[in-house]
Amino acid sequence: MPKVKVATIWFSGCSGCHMSFLDLDERLVELAQKVDIVYSPVVDIKEFPDGVDLTLVEGAVGNSEHWELLREIRERTKLLVAFGDCAVTGNVPSMRNPLPREEVLRSVYGEGEVPGLEEGEVPKLLPQALPLSMLVPVDGFIHGCPPPADRIWRFLQRLLAGESPLLVGEDLRFG
Amino acid sequence: MIHLEIDGREVTARPGQTILEVAEEAGVRIPTLCYLSGLSPRGSCRICLVEVANWNGKLVPACATPVQEGMRVVATSPRLTELRRRVLELLFAERNHICAICVSNGHCELQDLACELGLEAVRVPYRFPGLTLDASHGKFVYDPNRCVLCGRCVRACSEVEGAMTWGFSGRGIHTTVEPDLGGPWGSSETCTECGKCVQACPVGALVERGKATAEQEKEPQLLAQITERRPRA
Ligand code: SF4
Ligand code: SF4
Repeated sequence: MPKVKVATIWFSGCSGCHMSFLDLDERLVELAQKVDIVYSPVVDIKEFPDGVDLTLVEGAVGNSEHWELLREIRERTKLLVAFGDCAVTGNVPSMRNPLPREEVLRSVYGEGEVPGLEEGEVPKLLPQALPLSMLVPVDGFIHGCPPPADRIWRFLQRLLAGESPLLVGEDLRFG
Repeated sequence: MIHLEIDGREVTARPGQTILEVAEEAGVRIPTLCYLSGLSPRGSCRICLVEVANWNGKLVPACATPVQEGMRVVATSPRLTELRRRVLELLFAERNHICAICVSNGHCELQDLACELGLEAVRVPYRFPGLTLDASHGKFVYDPNRCVLCGRCVRACSEVEGAMTWGFSGRGIHTTVEPDLGGPWGSSETCTECGKCVQACPVGALVERGKATAEQEKEPQLLAQITERRPRA
């Protein structure tokens, strides 16, 4: 059986979901027999490849670069999964959403040139940090901040076995 | 005695009992949010909606609908789960629920309902309203970002404590609960600092001061324990 091509990516998040993924510990060895990681912060590949089976997206969509990448990933991935609360609900990055974008940036960087205010070396900050499903169709959701490793494992096992629903009951708890 | 059916089971009830009370006695689970034993029912959150099959499938709130002879109640069905989940999504989208940093994380009736009703993701746009936290009270904190407008605080304060500090203010999407017709809570002349509203609140909107993330556990059953001991009129 050919290996499942898996990508992971990290937008407006804290990397906690990826840390939790690494907490799969020895189960990573078992996973590596079934999947190939073709793109991820934990492997050194620069371009998001074509024909990916499964992409786990950590983080909310907070700037123009995230938004462009998300569209690209959606086109190149069969199953797109919101990985962790920031990707599922907006979570902590969305706390800036009630405030005007410029006010948020100025309160951090002060007067004058502000990175992210306009498109430049730093991507432009979007007016609001949004959950993935508000922007593109999403095929699965892994709740939690961060999702516990056991929950990630249950999700992946059910997904690889072609079962549904992917998570139920306590595994749907936010936070 | 009144005879009726709940999820195909024949049950008997006393006149004046609600569908919810009878279902509970019969061991049929109906999820609730604005309902709290010990307080008058309000029927406002719509989480406890059930169908009455012989009323053309009419939807009624189980907590506020008295049973009637011959009623055939459907309390469990895919349609009801979907409707209840929709209600839940609207509640999540209406305010700013950031569970990861909430004092009630892990002890929250809204979170519990999301698990019970299988809420994967909210399908309506989040509103992200700009609401200000009120930390002016010496013992408690009010964070409207997490309020679901269930009114349990309003009823606990007026019906059980008799202080009538909490009330609804504004209309429609602009509705909030406010102490003394508009805070700050700390300057309230009516609040007795009893904390019944905090215990009644199902979420992290009314909490004890000084609680950190996930530390706030509540005992909403206290309200019924108090009222059960009171002489009935
Ligand atoms: S009140 Fe409940 S649902 Fe809202 S943020 Fe707190 S834990 Fe989450
Ligand atoms: S403060 Fe709590 S008890 Fe009061 S209406 Fe809001 S959610 Fe309900």
